Amino acid sequence: MHELGIVFHIIKTIERIGDENKLIKVSEVTLELGEVSGVIPNELCDCWNWAVKKTERMKNAKLLIEKIPALTFCESCKETYATVQYGRICPFCRSEMTYLVQGSEINLKEIKAC
Amino acid sequence: MEKVRIIEVKESIFADNDREAERIRLQLKQEKKFLLNLMSSPGSGKTTTLIRTIEALKDEFRIGVMEADIESSVDAEKIAATGVKTIQIHTGGMCHLDAGMTEQGLKELGTEDLDLVILENVGNLVCPAEFDTGAVKNAMILSVPEGHDKPLKYPLIFTVCDVLIINKIDVLPYFDFDLEKVREYAQMRNPNLKIFPVSAKTGEGMDDWNSWLRQQVNDWIQ
Repeated sequence: MHELGIVFHIIKTIERIGDENKLIKVSEVTLELGEVSGVIPNELCDCWNWAVKKTERMKNAKLLIEKIPALTFCESCKETYATVQYGRICPFCRSEMTYLVQGSEINLKEIKAC
Repeated sequence: MEKVRIIEVKESIFADNDREAERIRLQLKQEKKFLLNLMSSPGSGKTTTLIRTIEALKDEFRIGVMEADIESSVDAEKIAATGVKTIQIHTGGMCHLDAGMTEQGLKELGTEDLDLVILENVGNLVCPAEFDTGAVKNAMILSVPEGHDKPLKYPLIFTVCDVLIINKIDVLPYFDFDLEKVREYAQMRNPNLKIFPVSAKTGEGMDDWNSWLRQQVNDWIQ
């Protein structure tokens, strides 16, 4: 369900960009998806394939997903580590003073169209 | 055959929604209306808490409520019984409201004769947190039976909220719910988070939350 809402937002954004750039047919859309964005790529693609059929401009558009790994920064020891593997507690110094630097993104990277 | 072009966008897919939300907030400010977005998981006591708050503030502010649900109108009927203007928004299967849907809701509700509009978002701790609705402030309810580990499991919602209402404190003796732990976990993610432990059922703690909301509305609509 969540993926469908996200797909609707992507389509709405592309429709706006399509109007601004006078695009007729979109053939490919590239999305950057963070590892901890909470979006499941397979489900996103299923929703995409269903939803684009309802549009004129994106009917046959392919969705390409580029994954962004999740990285966490530790404020105590200034190290960066893999979020999914180690979670919130720094594996170097056991500090809890950490924050996510990347990996929650859902970015529209580029559109291929004519 | 037209030439294929590549258009670089490099923008979050929430960017359009965020701009729309910002525009709604600006309009609310001009029209001197306060919009509160209330989020929580199902069964946390959103509707009961809301009814208590409406009863406490309805003599001071003209209140309207938008009830968002995937289906049914049971909550809207309960709220309407308090006498305030209420509408039901059906999201049509979607797990959250976005700025566009909120704006439609505000139009449907008709805000010209209102000071405070409360949006009861879809019961869910994940998706509503990602979509800015255009609300002036975001509040969430966590109830004691849900457990004190929720800020660790659903960090985003605790980050985007201004207020955390901990509801059902009347049943604290029966649960292993640690109020101090929840404070610690939540404020680790969001140091500015205001926390109000309440029982919407007995009324305990409700005055502090109602005073906070009263102050926020007055500051905004002045």
